[in-house]
Amino acid sequence: MSGSPPPDEAPQGGTDPATPDAATHADQAPERDGSSTATLTEDERAAEIAAADERARDQGTIGLEAGFAERFVAAVTGTSVLVTLLAFVAAFVVGGIVIALSDGATQQALGYFTARPSDTFVAAWEVVSAAYVALITGSLGGRSQISETLVSATPLILTGLAVAVPLRAGLFNIGGEGQVIAGGMVAGLIGFSFPGLPLVIHLPFALLGGLLAGALYGWVPGVLKQRTGAHEVITTIMLNNIGVLTSAYLLSTLLFRVPERTDPISRPVAESATLPRFVPELRVNVGIVIALLLGVLIFWLVERSAQGFELNAVGLNPHAATTSGMDPGRTVMRAMTVGGALAGTAGASVILGVQGRITTGFSAGLGFDGITVALLGRGRIGGTVAAGLLFGALKSGGRSMQAQTGTSLDLVLVIQALIIIFVAAPGLVRAIFRVRAEELTTAQVAKGWGS
Amino acid sequence: MSAVATTTSAAAKTRRSRRFGAFSLLLVAVMGGAFTTTARGDTATFVLNDARGQLFDLPALVLPVVPTVIVLTIAVAAIAARQLTTGFGDRAVVMVGVASGLFVLAFLTWAAAGDALSVIGLLRGTVRASTPIAFGALCGVLCERAGVINIAIEGQFLAAAFAAAVFASMAGSPWVGLLGGIGAGALVAWMLAGLSIKFKADQIVVGVVLIVFATGVTSFLTTQILSGNPQLNTPSRFPTLEIPLLAEIPIVGPILFRQTILGFGMFVAVAWLHYALFETKWGLRLRSVGEHPKAADTVGIRVLATRYRAVLLGGVVAGIGGSWWTLDAVGQFSREMTGGRGFIALAAMLVGRYSPVGAFGAALLFGFADALATSLQLLGVPIPSTLLLTAPFVVTIIVVAGLVGRLRPPAANGQPYVKG
Repeated sequence: MSGSPPPDEAPQGGTDPATPDAATHADQAPERDGSSTATLTEDERAAEIAAADERARDQGTIGLEAGFAERFVAAVTGTSVLVTLLAFVAAFVVGGIVIALSDGATQQALGYFTARPSDTFVAAWEVVSAAYVALITGSLGGRSQISETLVSATPLILTGLAVAVPLRAGLFNIGGEGQVIAGGMVAGLIGFSFPGLPLVIHLPFALLGGLLAGALYGWVPGVLKQRTGAHEVITTIMLNNIGVLTSAYLLSTLLFRVPERTDPISRPVAESATLPRFVPELRVNVGIVIALLLGVLIFWLVERSAQGFELNAVGLNPHAATTSGMDPGRTVMRAMTVGGALAGTAGASVILGVQGRITTGFSAGLGFDGITVALLGRGRIGGTVAAGLLFGALKSGGRSMQAQTGTSLDLVLVIQALIIIFVAAPGLVRAIFRVRAEELTTAQVAKGWGS
Repeated sequence: MSAVATTTSAAAKTRRSRRFGAFSLLLVAVMGGAFTTTARGDTATFVLNDARGQLFDLPALVLPVVPTVIVLTIAVAAIAARQLTTGFGDRAVVMVGVASGLFVLAFLTWAAAGDALSVIGLLRGTVRASTPIAFGALCGVLCERAGVINIAIEGQFLAAAFAAAVFASMAGSPWVGLLGGIGAGALVAWMLAGLSIKFKADQIVVGVVLIVFATGVTSFLTTQILSGNPQLNTPSRFPTLEIPLLAEIPIVGPILFRQTILGFGMFVAVAWLHYALFETKWGLRLRSVGEHPKAADTVGIRVLATRYRAVLLGGVVAGIGGSWWTLDAVGQFSREMTGGRGFIALAAMLVGRYSPVGAFGAALLFGFADALATSLQLLGVPIPSTLLLTAPFVVTIIVVAGLVGRLRPPAANGQPYVKG
């Protein structure tokens, strides 16, 4: 969020953790929370927050009092720079402890810890520093590493947004996995079924097919919620399983399979449907540009357009939204459809840009990664894009860490989880580092089952 | 989304009844159209005896396929006719269940045509497959009744399965493994409780992240340690126990009284938690902090401590469920072996509407679908097994969308409590 409320609206600003001013006035926030429950109903309070949020947004311009970096990080995480940095430090320290404890040499040295404690620390330092150096150089250490980072980030940005957009309407889209599969399957099918078409027609056709397939796969839980109230968490989880199994079945049929082979691998995508690379020897392709452009479009849609206002209003308080003439059911359906379209595009970008053919399990947890990306971004569009880039760097760095030092790529999952744990619970970070950082209220990005 | 709630007016009831009727007609079409024409034999044999022996043997049930299916089809058609006209009133949902049950019977007759289906095997498989789901769903009920959303059941399962395998291998006893599994489940629960109750972090965020964390840690340790030290990953499993005499009763005996200790534990846990939640002072207090923590606080119930204890107890229950994989079903830990069953448990809790017995019923439904897929593969039914496996998920969507109606979660579910 770029908006910053003027000083006279400070108390309301305090409830919006992404606003830099929130930090300075945050001491009023808990008290306000406490007293307002007594005087205001939940609905009134949420409406007031929505109004304040909107006023803040209308200011549009970026406040001059906060530095760019601080605003950037606040936008990403909704917490202060200090707490966020410390969260990263804490996550990497705990990750380092996990590496050291699982390392054979360190375990041996730990066996005679009381005799020569220095051996343990030396051994631990060696294995941990080697792993982390490989992690950093593997993500940013050169042209091909940066290329790999952008390749990994492309689907993460898209699936992150696929979770973030419904989140703004108070919906939790766990169905990214199924939507990625739907998008990838259809994009791949179009990609290898029409080999004669020129690139300008074939590529957009395949991408659009993936987008629409994902949108359809997201529309189903949306419309079920709108019409019957079926909870989107259940329906999207079920649709994930259905997607995985159905795609496994389809890949074994002649519609997808290579006729001469029996293993479930599809025919290769035609050259004319492949996302072009910028440089032939680097894998980075037009997909990252598409992801960033969609990010800008979604930013406008969610933060600036009338539809986006409805989306946010429904997310903050469906009762108030209904009272002011909006249709929460329709908004819910649209939010899930947009989310599905984004995840479907992510699937298309993986098949058309990187893998070139569909295999079972090509989605590889991208939908779930999207959840962590959106949560680190706190459901903000800019924050989600930045978080997608960060996790893309961690992923590509993790791969070269695994190749160079033998430390398993799974460590990246642990570190990602730790970062979000520490960012989501700033109180924990303050307790660990004994810093008296500003008291910030952490926004509830997700609501209960009854939302 | 209560704003889009359909009111339970007469018009809505008629509409709902029509929707049910359309569903029943669909069943009739499949039964009358597909099952009668594509059967692979004239008679279907249902074997009712367990191979391990019992008091007396029952004759196998041999049914003519086409007449049986036609009788069942007529019954469902009658239900559909009533649904489309006057409706069943208060029993509307029950009758949908009856129609679906008749459909499943017709389906089994069709699948077993020209072959023999072991009914005991199918039902034993159902109880087995539903064991971890039921434990996970009970964990969810405990947490959410106390006002803490626990989406991390999958993470608790994984951590518990891993710890159970390692502890049982090191000690050479599944009981030590079970304790390790319970400890790991409780550890994840403690992280959930600490972060969401003490530090007031968003409960769904914490839950999702704990799944990622547990997946990452167990996968990391499996790659780094277990793959190089296979002696740490060979847990001894719980033996199957029989209750004397009761286990000899035909049909019921092998299904209910021949279980591992975890299977028996599931029945005890469901019954005990249902009683404790709804009939004891402890249960009333637990539910009160989930419904209206301020009121509970006012009358002197310690809200945060009650929530902590409920989440930790939930972790213990989920830990038992997670241990099932390595101490009962498989006997070895492998990466991400729980395969999303934690999410199914979450769905079972919601379908069961936050009641232990309801959640258990939903868990049995999922377990039945799992066992059915195995049975049908044994019968060589000409449907790809990957597609058959989607059945429980499709059924859940239908159940959640049309048949159960709206959830009414505990009022304070997901909200951190601030005293003041």
